[in-house]
Amino acid sequence: MFEIILGAISLGLLWAIMTIGVYITYRILDIADLTVEGSIAMGAAIAAFSIFNGMNPFIATCLAFVGGMLAGLVTGILHTKLKIPALLAGILTMIALYSVNLRIMGKANLSLLRIDTVFTPMENLGLSPTYSVMLFGFISVMAIVGLLYWFFGTEIGCAIRATGDNPQMARAQGINTNNMIILGLVISNGLVALSGSLIAQSQSFADIQMGIGSIVIGLASVIIGEVIFGTRNFFNCLISLALGAITYRIIIALVLKLGMPANDLKLFTAITVAIALSLPVFKTYLRPLKKSMNGGDL
Amino acid sequence: MLIINDIEKKFNAGTVNEKVALSKFSLSLAEGDFVTVIGGNGAGKSTFLNCVAGVFGVDKGSILIDGLDVTKLPEHKRSAVIGRVFQDPMMGTAGNMGIEENLALAYRRGKTRSLSWGISHKEREIYKEYLSHLDLGLENRLHAKVGLLSGGQRQALTLLMATLKKPKLLLLDEHTAALDPKTADKVLQLSDRFVKEGNLTTLMVTHNMRHAIEHGNRLIMMHEGRVILDIRGEEKQKLTVEDLLKRFGQVSGEEFANDRALLS
Repeated sequence: MFEIILGAISLGLLWAIMTIGVYITYRILDIADLTVEGSIAMGAAIAAFSIFNGMNPFIATCLAFVGGMLAGLVTGILHTKLKIPALLAGILTMIALYSVNLRIMGKANLSLLRIDTVFTPMENLGLSPTYSVMLFGFISVMAIVGLLYWFFGTEIGCAIRATGDNPQMARAQGINTNNMIILGLVISNGLVALSGSLIAQSQSFADIQMGIGSIVIGLASVIIGEVIFGTRNFFNCLISLALGAITYRIIIALVLKLGMPANDLKLFTAITVAIALSLPVFKTYLRPLKKSMNGGDL
Repeated sequence: MLIINDIEKKFNAGTVNEKVALSKFSLSLAEGDFVTVIGGNGAGKSTFLNCVAGVFGVDKGSILIDGLDVTKLPEHKRSAVIGRVFQDPMMGTAGNMGIEENLALAYRRGKTRSLSWGISHKEREIYKEYLSHLDLGLENRLHAKVGLLSGGQRQALTLLMATLKKPKLLLLDEHTAALDPKTADKVLQLSDRFVKEGNLTTLMVTHNMRHAIEHGNRLIMMHEGRVILDIRGEEKQKLTVEDLLKRFGQVSGEEFANDRALLS
């Protein structure tokens, strides 16, 4: 049992990076970006192929990050310059990436068994694979949280936030909203691909299918984090996202342990997210009901 | 300061829904002019302001601000020299950001944004000082999210943001229309004060004839995408609502059609 929780935490830390990426588009830019489904697999594909062919795993991971940024750039250009609705632009890139990822790997999956990854140096220090992933994941998440906290406090970061909050106002204040949307998508997908590359390395294989449903997992983690751990300020929010991703992984590990068939996992996640997203609607239904019950009209 | 040469703007050109919003529209403003713009429903007032601000391009003609041809410039570039306040109080500010963050965004209007901090300690003092002039107690709520403010407070803040970096042109697009009469008066007083203190060249669209007459040094009335009346100086000072309605009838041959204008 303890082992399962530890595994969930270590995997959750890697997914936390992806969750932060989803948060940038979904909450800050107010765009539901489906590119992530392709870019997470792209990160895995680039890292796996490069490492498989003898590249230093750290350089391969950086390369995955750059690959994700390019994917975000494509979606950004489709959306802002070519005026394709954001949702559709993301879907187009996602579908295109499926072929691109197959091209990168040359086949549908690639094994990294007994090949050095970014986690190997820590394992060489005597840590178990799970703890290595946990430590590396923790350091990466903290570094990314710190960097993003700084970035979204800068002039450019503030301009991105204003663009997502009120594009009309942003333009009136001289902000090039198109460029800010592109920049946000680039950073977001870079992080998602980075997350994908680390996940592939931790599980020792990359699979063309691994992106399917990842946007829903990301959204679930965002919502769980915000609801349970709060959004008092931006720093608190970033930490909540990481904790949300970990919580999601623990929940999944537990329901699997309780005997839910793994094949039903995506259905379970989808229902969870649907309920979480529709909470505001339920609240408006419940409020008058509560009122009439308290008011004693009945 | 502002020269508009024969601009033309059509919506849905080439379709059955084609609507000529502005035709052969020309106007020239001297520095420090405070022009009120009034007109009936669909006269093209907002279209005119949006064309100047660059929300959409014009089909013909040119727009010059302080000698610079901005006709082809995108909206965010024109914003370097234009301050704007919108009809909808939600439009001019970012509701999920703090008061000071909104001001900091406005403070950087027209400047290339870098990776330096989005707001500095020195600025905060400046903002406090400016906010205290608004007399709304906002100077003690620098961190408060703008979404928590009332419509009047948001409009006052937007006004401050529009003038924080002295604009070459201030555009007020029915900026008091969504406010209750008392708040509207307060925001108008603030507008008058900012315009006067900064000697700002200003265009104020309003549907309220009384406001159009009481404020500014020049009044233009629009009808079917053209300027049909241009009253300034002493003549404007003596103007009454009745005069204005009568002159509108003479020039256009129609009754003034703006229910909101007649009622207020």
